[in-house]
Amino acid sequence: MRPAVVMLLLAGLALAACQREERDTRPQSALGSGEQPTPVTTLEPGGQRPSPSDNKAASFEANAFHLSEGKRLFGWFNCSGCHANGGGGMGPALMDEKWIYGSSMESIHATIRDGRPNGMPSFRDMIPDDQIWELAAFVRSLSGNAPSAAAPSRDDDMMAHPSENRMPNAATLGKSP
Amino acid sequence: MKRFASIAFGTATALFLQGCAGWQSALDPKGPAASELAWLIWFFAGLCAVVWVLVMIALAMPLMMRPREPAEPLVLDAGADNRKLRVVMTAVGLTAVILIGLTLLSFFANRTLAAIGSDAALTIRVTGHQWWWEVRYEDATPSRILTTANEIHIPAGEPVRLLLTSTDVIHSFWVPSLSGKLDLIPGHMNVLDIKADKPGVYRGQCAEFCGAQHANMGTFIIAEPRAKFDAWWNDQLQPAAAPMSGEAKAGEDLFLNRPCVMCHKIGGTPAGGTVAPDLTHVASRQTLAAGTLTMSRGNLAAWIADPQGVKPGSHMPVVDLSGDELNAIVAYLEGLK
Ligand code: HEC
Ligand code: HEC
Ligand SMILES: [Cu+2]
Repeated sequence: MRPAVVMLLLAGLALAACQREERDTRPQSALGSGEQPTPVTTLEPGGQRPSPSDNKAASFEANAFHLSEGKRLFGWFNCSGCHANGGGGMGPALMDEKWIYGSSMESIHATIRDGRPNGMPSFRDMIPDDQIWELAAFVRSLSGNAPSAAAPSRDDDMMAHPSENRMPNAATLGKSP
Repeated sequence: MKRFASIAFGTATALFLQGCAGWQSALDPKGPAASELAWLIWFFAGLCAVVWVLVMIALAMPLMMRPREPAEPLVLDAGADNRKLRVVMTAVGLTAVILIGLTLLSFFANRTLAAIGSDAALTIRVTGHQWWWEVRYEDATPSRILTTANEIHIPAGEPVRLLLTSTDVIHSFWVPSLSGKLDLIPGHMNVLDIKADKPGVYRGQCAEFCGAQHANMGTFIIAEPRAKFDAWWNDQLQPAAAPMSGEAKAGEDLFLNRPCVMCHKIGGTPAGGTVAPDLTHVASRQTLAAGTLTMSRGNLAAWIADPQGVKPGSHMPVVDLSGDELNAIVAYLEGLK
């Protein structure tokens, strides 16, 4: 009897390894519209306003599939034309700890969707909403703000910087705790 | 039960043999390279079958025969030992001759394959993408360079040189009726020469697992008489047809102001994306999405409305469109002959 129980437990453990991350390739309107107002600045009279959050932000932020799709689209939609590979060019660097418009998923989503006054174009009708969330998740991974288990790893081509899953967190880099 | 088994066996055999003919079969060759390979396949299979039967007979014989007790067990029989040695040595010698023979045959077959395109006048660059084929016709005159997708038109009876490469992962180009397969490798160029003896449509398939939609990565070689091929090339060089109806005009505007324009190119319009199939003459093709759907108004609509339902994981996202918007875009694309 005992060995059978042990075998069953082992088989159960082995089967647990078959769990694979869900890949949502269809838009999920159930999660949220992506149309919530996002503050353009955190400076509010009377103190900081709580940032509204979108359900999509949480479900895209740590999802390996969405992060890697975001990485592909960053090249496809020529974000690198202005931001280089995150190091910055005509547009600001995206791999440092400085954020002009905030580092949250919601702020980056708003930046890409609506554009920003000093030269960031609006992609509102040009990129489907889910793909904007994927880009936002990837932009965060450039400064080490994505879980290393989910962020993209080694590139197949020449690498412009360490792979995203090895990026140090820009906010704490070089500072003693 | 027995009847069921025999019916099942019969059906399975019939289905199996079905696979040996048609527009995608190495055993139904339609070009010199494929003929050479088919001959090689049959010769190898036949010779190996004969060897296998001989080995089985040699094995069965001692098993069936009752061992003969020597009259005097302690007396050495030098004659019998010699005979055994001779049999074994003959078998080893024959094996060596057969192996060397087969090696030579495949060596000369390879030389024949390599010589097919040595005087090819036409060079086509085939680039693998997850999960479709980019096809670019090279020409000394830059304005005659042509980019299309998934369908490769070639002049029948003429050798054609294919330059194979990839932008993402390794794919493999295989049109069994015309040639063997060859990999498309990122950052590397492979050369494959093909020739179709007669006009016809030959189906090809990606033959190296490349991700979720590997199975839906088909291609078609369309061999035509030279005059028809030249006419096709000239047609394809034209910019996209202007929309004919109000609906199609609305579709064009939508195409240019929606995500479509970020990825696709339509010659003669501002749409210049290069990461997805060129749609300048999309309606002149026979299939959609690398052989996944046949070309029709309904299938165009089905694909654009829900590419992730047709080809889950494909790199074309679902774009939020109303029914009218979808109809307008389809009306426009349908006119791009
Ligand atoms: C035409 C050049 C250009 C392109 C293309 C472009 N950006 Fe920008 N981007 C800018 C500029 C300039 C800014 C700074 C805007 C400002 O300060 O108001 C910016 C700002 C940003 C910010 C805010 C950074 C911060 O510190 O808050 C993010 C995030 C961003 N871009 C992401 C993207 C993504 C993702 C893409 C591709 C879809 C993209 N950008 C394409 C020029 C560009
Ligand atoms: C993010 C990039 C992207 C966007 C945006 C996009 N497509 Fe595509 N499209 C692709 C890719 C990649 C394929 C090839 C898919 C495959 O076969 O696996 C494709 C295939 C197609 C095809 C089939 C082409 C062929 O010859 O097989 C059509 C038609 C098409 N897209 C139309 C559209 C329309 C209309 C829109 C806008 C509503 C659009 N696409 C938006 C990337 C995109
Ligand atoms: Cu493949």
